[in-house]
Amino acid sequence: MLLRCVFNIESKMDNESDREAIIEIRSGDKEAYKIIVNRYMKKAFYTALGFAGNFDDAADLSQEAFVRAYRAISKFDIKKPFFPWFYRILRNVCLNYKRKKRRLQEVPIETVQCNESQSLEKESLSREVWNAISQLGVNEKEIILLKYFQRLSCKEIAKALDCPIGTVMSRLYYARKQLKEKLKRII
Amino acid sequence: MDSHEKHKILMMKYLEGEITKNEKYEFEEHIKTCKECQEEIEKFRNLKEVMKGMRYKKPSDDIWKTYWTRVYNRIERGLGWIFTSISAIILISYGGFKVVESLIKDPGVALIAKIGILAGIAGLAILFVSVLRERIFISKTDKYSKEVEK
Repeated sequence: MLLRCVFNIESKMDNESDREAIIEIRSGDKEAYKIIVNRYMKKAFYTALGFAGNFDDAADLSQEAFVRAYRAISKFDIKKPFFPWFYRILRNVCLNYKRKKRRLQEVPIETVQCNESQSLEKESLSREVWNAISQLGVNEKEIILLKYFQRLSCKEIAKALDCPIGTVMSRLYYARKQLKEKLKRII
Repeated sequence: MDSHEKHKILMMKYLEGEITKNEKYEFEEHIKTCKECQEEIEKFRNLKEVMKGMRYKKPSDDIWKTYWTRVYNRIERGLGWIFTSISAIILISYGGFKVVESLIKDPGVALIAKIGILAGIAGLAILFVSVLRERIFISKTDKYSKEVEK
């Protein structure tokens, strides 16, 4: 409870700081964008990694999304938080990338790892689960990655995807159901 | 919302610990009698346990050190590319026009060659307009190519 309170306060402070930076960016200060980029680069990078499957493309895609967000910053509604707006740009960049590749490239296992304390048996299980996640459709995979690899709450996912929380829960359910089917031998 | 739809949403809230007291009571009462949900929630729990232990590998720290510089350079280069492209289009078009003009005016060039040059230019112009029109059509109908305006 206390942790969530601290998180909420931090999140509000970030939103306020984002707003100030964006006002400066709009008045022509490119350096002010550094605050925004530094704050969200890791989130953006790991989101892109889920789509791209390798570090180089993930860096390239997330940086491209920051450039597009910069160019579209005048369209951003300053009363709203920055990340959900940015996330939709990033998602479009990543989906375009996937479309251009003309196939749903599986995310190589090398991009994920298990906790060090896990046994070999669990590590092998994790590999199977990761392969199954890689085979999911874009929407199902996205929700699993946001929930378990980006560690976002359902409320945060709903904001990022701009949809009701019920839709998030429903998509999460079907994503899990598909995973369960794919992994019925081992789960 | 039908009962199945309602319970699957409650099941997700329950698993994620994002459920209210009343919803929790309702769901716990439901799974007492629903075997299907009991089995499903057990498997989902196992799956969640495995996924909780997984995370992305970390890239080298250098990626973060140069990240902002790379974004900044791309922003600056964008404008550079626009001017370079405009300049290239103007110079190539002008050069091409001058070459064609001199060939057409040259009495030493055979008539058949002049017709060939003009046909080639007409063909290129048609191809250019066609590709341009296609690109404009795609950019208008492609839901992924547009920036979000919210």
